[in-house]
Amino acid sequence: MKLLLDLFLAFARVGVMTFGGGYAMIPILEREIVDRHGWATEEELMDYYAVGQCTPGVIAVNTATFIGYKTAGTPGGVVATLGVVFPSVVIITLIAGILTSFADVPQVKSAFAGIRVCVCVLIFNAVLKLWKKAVVDKWTLALFLGVFLLSVFFSVSPVIFVVVCAAAGIVLTRMGVRGK
Amino acid sequence: MILLRLFWEFFKTGLFAVGGGMATLPFLYDISTRTGWFTHAMLADMVAVSESTPGPIGVNMATYVGFTTAGIPGAVIATLGLITPSVIIILLIARALKAFKSNPLVEAGFYGLRPCSIGLIAAACYLVIKIALFNPKVYAETGRLADLFNVKALALAAVLLVCTRYVKKLKGLHPIFFILASALVGVVFAF
Repeated sequence: MKLLLDLFLAFARVGVMTFGGGYAMIPILEREIVDRHGWATEEELMDYYAVGQCTPGVIAVNTATFIGYKTAGTPGGVVATLGVVFPSVVIITLIAGILTSFADVPQVKSAFAGIRVCVCVLIFNAVLKLWKKAVVDKWTLALFLGVFLLSVFFSVSPVIFVVVCAAAGIVLTRMGVRGK
Repeated sequence: MILLRLFWEFFKTGLFAVGGGMATLPFLYDISTRTGWFTHAMLADMVAVSESTPGPIGVNMATYVGFTTAGIPGAVIATLGLITPSVIIILLIARALKAFKSNPLVEAGFYGLRPCSIGLIAAACYLVIKIALFNPKVYAETGRLADLFNVKALALAAVLLVCTRYVKKLKGLHPIFFILASALVGVVFAF
């Protein structure tokens, strides 16, 4: 019980201190999980993180489930995950509640119009950052363009693209045409 | 009833969004288009708040969308929906981590999934650009090409792009810095 409480609190701390998720989370995880509690080694942490990246879902959540499971079995996995999302739920609910009551103030509207411009640039940068790892030959370029254009011009569920592209990846690999 | 639908929509998002927080964005646009629970413009604001507050972006966005749709119960349910598939999948994989990592089928699947993921994110980016940098509605009414461009917003976007990518002293800064600066510019220049 003590261990589960420790897991919850440790991951709640990780949740509070992670701004933006992804790579920003690694140093905080190292401090809490490796240095402070010794629940995993640095190598194990990197392994979990790598698998967390290539399984569906939010990376921070996947990593928390992994470490929680390894430390205290299935209940540990569940508790660590609830810990990492707990601060988000509290903080966002508070902010969303406040913002809703100010949404009609002209200055708030202007501020958010400015922020939206920034969001464009941030998402654009995220695409460029992922591009190098993802688009490695003409086949992956074709998949990228196909998904992009079809989702811009038609209202297709992203689920379909995910399933089709995973299948395409397997077929292209089996045909031995990757990188050509 | 709406809570059940929220849970299901976010369960699907958690199950199919591969590649971290930003990868959930196209799914949120899809939910917005199909259900009308919130608008595309509101979603862009939620991205900004999610980037500027503590917590993983994907979780923050789910909580925000859930709250907007159905209050505090919605916030909790949407978040639980998002993390449920992760927990199930990871608990299954954790038992056979080595086999999963070196499975050629998994690796081959990801060869196709990675470009898919950024294709979806790029399409979401296009939707935000359309709202934030252009005025398609004004253009449709007046028919004047000059009305299509939101000049102030385009100028800000150009400055931000240069700052976040090419200015050495600035490009390492946390996104929250650029978000706050853009909010200030928005207020001062009455966007």
